This record gives sequence, C-alpha cells and structure tokens, in this order.
Amino acid sequence: MQIPIEYYLVLSAFMFTVGIVGVLTRRNAIVVFMCIELMLNSANLTLITYSSYLGDVAGQLFVFFVMSVAAAEAAVGLAIIIAIYRNKLTVNIDEINILKW
Amino acid sequence: MTLEIVLFIVFASICAVSAVLMITRPNPVISALFLVLNFCSLAGLYLILNAQFIAVAQVIVYAGAIMVFFLFVIMLLNPETEKRFFEQKAKLRIFIIAIVSLILVQIVYMIFISNPSEVITKEVARSVETGTVENIGREMFTNYVLPFEAAGYLLLAATIGALVLAKKKFE
Repeated sequence: MQIPIEYYLVLSAFMFTVGIVGVLTRRNAIVVFMCIELMLNSANLTLITYSSYLGDVAGQLFVFFVMSVAAAEAAVGLAIIIAIYRNKLTVNIDEINILKW
Repeated sequence: MTLEIVLFIVFASICAVSAVLMITRPNPVISALFLVLNFCSLAGLYLILNAQFIAVAQVIVYAGAIMVFFLFVIMLLNPETEKRFFEQKAKLRIFIIAIVSLILVQIVYMIFISNPSEVITKEVARSVETGTVENIGREMFTNYVLPFEAAGYLLLAATIGALVLAKKKFE
C-alpha cells in the first residue's frame, strides 16, 4: 500500500498556515523572515509531491530554483535588517514604521 | 504497515510539531534551531518521495547555509526576547489563529473533495527514475539552461546587493 497523495498535501497546507500565523503574530523581523522560509518550504513539499507522483522532473527543477531564490532573498533581507538595526537599534517591526505615513 | 508509512508518520509529525514550536518560542535562537529540525525532517520526506538530489540540496543549502546565516545575524544583533506567545495582544492573536485555521479547514476540505488519489497513482519505477541526479542534471543543462544561468546572475546580484546594504556608510 502506498501513501495517498492527500497526506502530503494536508501536511503542506498545515505548514503553510503555521507560517502565516507566524508572520502575522511575531514581532521580531528575523523570526518573520524564518516564517517566510517555512512557507516557501511548504510550497516546495507540494511541488516535490506532485513531481514524484506524476513522474515529471519539472517540479524538482522548480524546487531547485526556489531554493536559489530563497538564498538570494535571505541574503538581501538580512542585510536590510542589519542596516535597519544600525539606524534604529531594534528589529521589532512595530517600531520600524518609517514607511508609515 | 510498511516501512514507508512508518517513516512518513515519523517525519511528518516531527515536521508539524517543530513548525508549531518554531513560531511559539519567544527566543529567536531556539526558533531557528527548530526550523533546522523542520528542514531536516522535510529532507527525510523528500527521500521517501524518491527525490534524492533535492533532499541532499535541502540539507546542504537550507539547513546548512541559510540557517547558519540566520543564526549569525541573530547572534550579531542580539535582539531582545519577545514575551510569551499569548501574553501580549492575546485577543488579536486568537483572532488571527481563528481566521487562519478557517482557511486551513477550507484548503483541507478542497483537497479531500477533489480526491486526487483517484486520478494520480504513483508508479514507483518511474518516480525513482525521475529524482536521480543524472536525470535532473540532464534536464537542467538542456531544457532549463536559461533559468539556470538566470539563477546564477540572481545570486551574484544578491551578493553585491547584500554587501552594499550591510556596508557601514554609503560613500
């Protein structure tokens, strides 16, 4: 007996919603960033699941490109966080409101 | 119960529990370590799905490189520990969790009502064939060579951008 595809999809949906809750509730910018990584990984899990069940390599290649984009995004995002911390001495996103009018 | 199902249950429960623990711990270092655990168990799930190359890349790139980078920045900035999860703005947080769990219920309902396992059945031999490094490499350097080069340029641009942003002064 093989594992039904629904199990993987439900796990992926659960991880995605946990990531959304983290982004909306946490106030530390770095933790918000890590929650975004969690959401990216749940999407990757769905892509790999379909790629494996359909026998199509495109999904796995897409996951590879998502990984490289995530690495680039993490580098730039953390550099921005360091720059903000240097100016405001905080990474609490409630206090970083210079773009708020 | 075959070994595949046992392994799936173990890795999936580690994955779900570590995700929840990650967003509820007040200390960011502990959150990052739970995220590493989550990524490692995801690599195990990828191995069950016969995606060997992506599983190895997951451990090296995500659990290795990106999370070490996050930990470096956390240690560098030394941000203050947040309050416990439900202590500040408890009503807002409960409201957010209610809305998001409603969305989760909708997604799960849609997954089960569309019943994908009736139309999609896994052919094990073909699935194993798909995930090998040989197959992925052949596809990547023939049909997908342009996105591959673009990813290289993206990483170069991100490196330069990160250096410029994190520099002391713009001069």
